[in-house]
Amino acid sequence: MRCSLSLLASVIILAAPAAGLAQSRYNVGTPLSQEDIKRFDMMLGPEGKELPPGHGTAKEGAVVFASRCAVCHGQNGKGGIVRRLVIGSPGQPHRGPFSEADKDGISYYPYPTIAWDYINRAMPASKPGSLAPDEVYALVAFLYYQNGIIQENDVMDAKSLPKVQMPNRDGFVPAVPVYPPDPKNPSWW
Amino acid sequence: MESNPSGRRRFLKHAAALAGVAAGAGAGAEWAARGQSAKPEAAAPEAKDPHFFGHGEPSRFVKSGRGARMSIDHITYYTPLQDYAGIITPAGLHFVQQHSSHLPDIDPEQHRLTIHGMVDRPLSFSMDDLKRLPSVSRIHFVECHANGSPMIHNAGNPNMGLPVQFIWGMSSCSEWTGVPLSVLLNEAGVQKEASWLVYEGADPGKFTHTLPLAKAMDDVIVAYGQNGEPVRPEQGFPIRMVVPGWEGPFNVKYLSHIKVVDQPYHTWNESMNHSVMREDLGGKSRWYHFEWAPKSVITRPSAGMKIPRPGYVEITGLAWSGGGKISKVDVSTDGGKSWKEAKLQAPVLPKAHTRFNFDWAWDGQEAVIQSRCTDEKGVVQPSRAELYKNWGIAETDKPARAIHFNGMQPWRVARDGSLHDAMFS
Repeated sequence: MRCSLSLLASVIILAAPAAGLAQSRYNVGTPLSQEDIKRFDMMLGPEGKELPPGHGTAKEGAVVFASRCAVCHGQNGKGGIVRRLVIGSPGQPHRGPFSEADKDGISYYPYPTIAWDYINRAMPASKPGSLAPDEVYALVAFLYYQNGIIQENDVMDAKSLPKVQMPNRDGFVPAVPVYPPDPKNPSWW
Repeated sequence: MESNPSGRRRFLKHAAALAGVAAGAGAGAEWAARGQSAKPEAAAPEAKDPHFFGHGEPSRFVKSGRGARMSIDHITYYTPLQDYAGIITPAGLHFVQQHSSHLPDIDPEQHRLTIHGMVDRPLSFSMDDLKRLPSVSRIHFVECHANGSPMIHNAGNPNMGLPVQFIWGMSSCSEWTGVPLSVLLNEAGVQKEASWLVYEGADPGKFTHTLPLAKAMDDVIVAYGQNGEPVRPEQGFPIRMVVPGWEGPFNVKYLSHIKVVDQPYHTWNESMNHSVMREDLGGKSRWYHFEWAPKSVITRPSAGMKIPRPGYVEITGLAWSGGGKISKVDVSTDGGKSWKEAKLQAPVLPKAHTRFNFDWAWDGQEAVIQSRCTDEKGVVQPSRAELYKNWGIAETDKPARAIHFNGMQPWRVARDGSLHDAMFS
């Protein structure tokens, strides 16, 4: 132990002046600028902070869906060679119960940002990442409208999207994920 | 910044070029291909045999391999647990659960790992950077969160291999070598308010997961080595996350971006793919499962095999737990009425497959064999009936899709020595 501590101390003494930064120990890695980060900062949290500019409506989304999505998800997302995206109907959201097969239904997702994020980075499966922000906004508008979650004329953009109230928002346990988990309710149970 | 995911065409071209080097070219070409001018002192013999220069293949008499299941946006390979010995899964037999239509073909020279978000110094690491940093090497299992799901028992087909393979073969165990994630996070300087990470792979589907910062700073490895060689393409070449003892989706392959944040990010995986409806919770969904509960399975003999004659049988299998080391494995040969302790084969490592062996004298009568393990926290592996009761699944709902399943696996031995899946009979 004494040996490793003295080694540690010497590394810190050597590294600190070279790096010019108080805590960097090895001075390895290239600093990233805010411009660099903007190019890949796409993973989307529940508040939607990373959403890019753009907007879309259900009507615009219907066109994109027909050309890019319907081949797998079926006409209007009612199911095709993959499971359905739509449970519920315009004006009538499905509030549960959800079966296992319903998990693909957009109504199941607890936050409105999830569908945007997944469509943006992982869809369409044949060419992920190929949709423009306007197209993704339009697609979620279309899917939320078809699921009865928003109105047909609602515009989805970086401000309105995170405010959409999802019907299954309270359908998850624990309501607020914590770590470490409650010992009476371990994470594997 | 992004690696080129152009995929199969380039990959095949690359593979063909390598095969050419291995099969046809002489030693000079081999050296030239490596970009070295010096020739070896004595010319090596002309290599027609791929074993000489190539990576090496098992004997042509060895027929074992991974089972497979494909769909439009999914690739699944199952480890043939029944065929191998010890605790290490050969890299080429490691299970695959790929959430995209093809594997990315990543040039490690171009690949970068970035860390940004709530850090003092956002950084980008090249593969050379990562290899300059202090390394660790540890043996851990990686296991798909759906491994052993009751639903799969009825879903087998010949392409998927034997039952122990397609039911339990999405768990594999390797020696993983790489940089502790804590070293990288300390280089970037994590800010006080941070509490979670979200991170993404460079595969076509940009596989993403959320991880508590406390685990990230504990024992997580950004791995570039697997069983002494570079991580295989199916396993995330050039780097992957290894989150010891935790469910499969945390172990993101082709790791490219880490963002340090102050709340769970609720991506598609935690919220949809990784959540499970539970009747005992009034139909609500359980989400954010972390470590694996203790599991074990008899791998040999198991369903689809045959004991040739009454007499001595070595029962062997694997046990593992996300909670730490396996402390005990019991085996029953009478359907769970009585239990005897099996021998644990060294090494017994935390969050790793542990091999157990049990001497049995089969009397030629019908029997049901199963294993049950206990981990160092004292958690005991349950039966399927116990799990179903706790989760509110009706006994009549036999093939229910219950993920995160760690129930015991019974195999029935018929009088002719043939073995059958007895999970639901």
